[in-house]
Amino acid sequence: MADQDVKRITAPFDDATARSLRAGDRVLISGTLLAARDAAHKRMVECLERGEALPVDMRGAVVYYVGPSPARPGQVIGAAGPTTSGRMDAYTPQLLQQGLKGMIGKGYRSAEVAEALRRYEAPYLAAIGGAGALIARSIKKYTVLAYADLGPEALAALEVEDFPAIVVMDVEGGNYYEMGQQPFDRL
Amino acid sequence: MKEIDAETISQAVARLAVQACCHLPDDVLQALARAGKEEASPTGRAILEQLIDNAALARSENMPICQDTGLAVIFADVGQNVRIVGGDFESAIHEGVRRGYTQGYLRKSSVAEPLFERKNTGDNTPAVIHTRIVPGDTLRLRLAPKGAGSENKSLVRMLVPADGLEGVRRVVLEAVRAAGPSACPPLVIGVGIGGTMEVAALCAKRAAARDIESHNADARYAALEEDLLDMVNKTGIGPQGFGGLVTALKVHVEWAPAHIASLPVAVNFNCHAARHAEVEL
Repeated sequence: MADQDVKRITAPFDDATARSLRAGDRVLISGTLLAARDAAHKRMVECLERGEALPVDMRGAVVYYVGPSPARPGQVIGAAGPTTSGRMDAYTPQLLQQGLKGMIGKGYRSAEVAEALRRYEAPYLAAIGGAGALIARSIKKYTVLAYADLGPEALAALEVEDFPAIVVMDVEGGNYYEMGQQPFDRL
Repeated sequence: MKEIDAETISQAVARLAVQACCHLPDDVLQALARAGKEEASPTGRAILEQLIDNAALARSENMPICQDTGLAVIFADVGQNVRIVGGDFESAIHEGVRRGYTQGYLRKSSVAEPLFERKNTGDNTPAVIHTRIVPGDTLRLRLAPKGAGSENKSLVRMLVPADGLEGVRRVVLEAVRAAGPSACPPLVIGVGIGGTMEVAALCAKRAAARDIESHNADARYAALEEDLLDMVNKTGIGPQGFGGLVTALKVHVEWAPAHIASLPVAVNFNCHAARHAEVEL
């Protein structure tokens, strides 16, 4: 992965950024990501179902599926690799409808999510699963925004600098898992 | 009769928890390095390099390799001539997990009840404890933290004897394809064959927690381990599911006697962070 092959982008995503990303692109993201996983997603969707506003503005937001380990004194955050995205599939279309413009996690997504990604023009990216210590280096600030009682599952803002990710699903339906695996499938 | 103090057990478990979560064993590191030489995909090779860098960083900064520091699964081989004093055995282990996960800044990932409240216990207790009473006067504790990304893709299938070897291969292949990138390949795969439903699952779990360089003592099952590894690595899933030759670092098989009408098969996944630490007291 030579440096010139890496795209530098900013989060939150504007429409042009979301549309420009292609399956297989390596990116370094700077700016602000939202951190949310299972329990925070459940609460946000319950919030919408009650007709209430979300605790954060989803427009342009890029959500990172992460539940970090606790920071030691002097550290910003503990290990902070991605969690399995598929568990968020049930909630994702509703958040896309609220303006969510990107997601970072790991693993396959459902057909419903794939369809919603095209419809709302939002890409899905993967970070390296398990590389929690390495990824933590790109996180400069961790601020809990809501649901503090959820501990590592709280809704939080992450200030990031050169956060490494790979585009898996783009707004035109490109899928890097399929493209990458196919040439090596010998069964 | 040898006496072991409950406090000694707690201290050992606390130490094992931090060691297992922050120090990837050398055998796993070597397997990742070897995989990097075998991998044909440039993306795959870059990922394997980053996993090695991640492990080195985690070790030097005493940070967990992965944020999911798992449930603390403990395999305890208790010598029958050992007597635990100053407390009870299981409470001593839970206390060790509580200390290790709290004082070691490890993530607390256990909920007290699974369906209705799902309230975090706050100290990663209880541990999952598998105890065997064995001859001798030593207590061997092996701690293998189990994250959910890989664990969630594990399964048990109740085959019948006529399904045979092909049935076993089919179950493993289906499981690996369904897990794809979610279980964080390159994987270490534990396969349990035989027993009853729960015995097959436990065999798979013990197999997944084995040292990476180990192989089954029975030559036929050792050959099956190689055969399954070859098959899994032909799926093309590759490191992190981005495609490549290395989908698994190893497949380990454990078996157990079974009913004349049964052929249970269990598959338990470990991600590339095949963490474990062991002590003998």
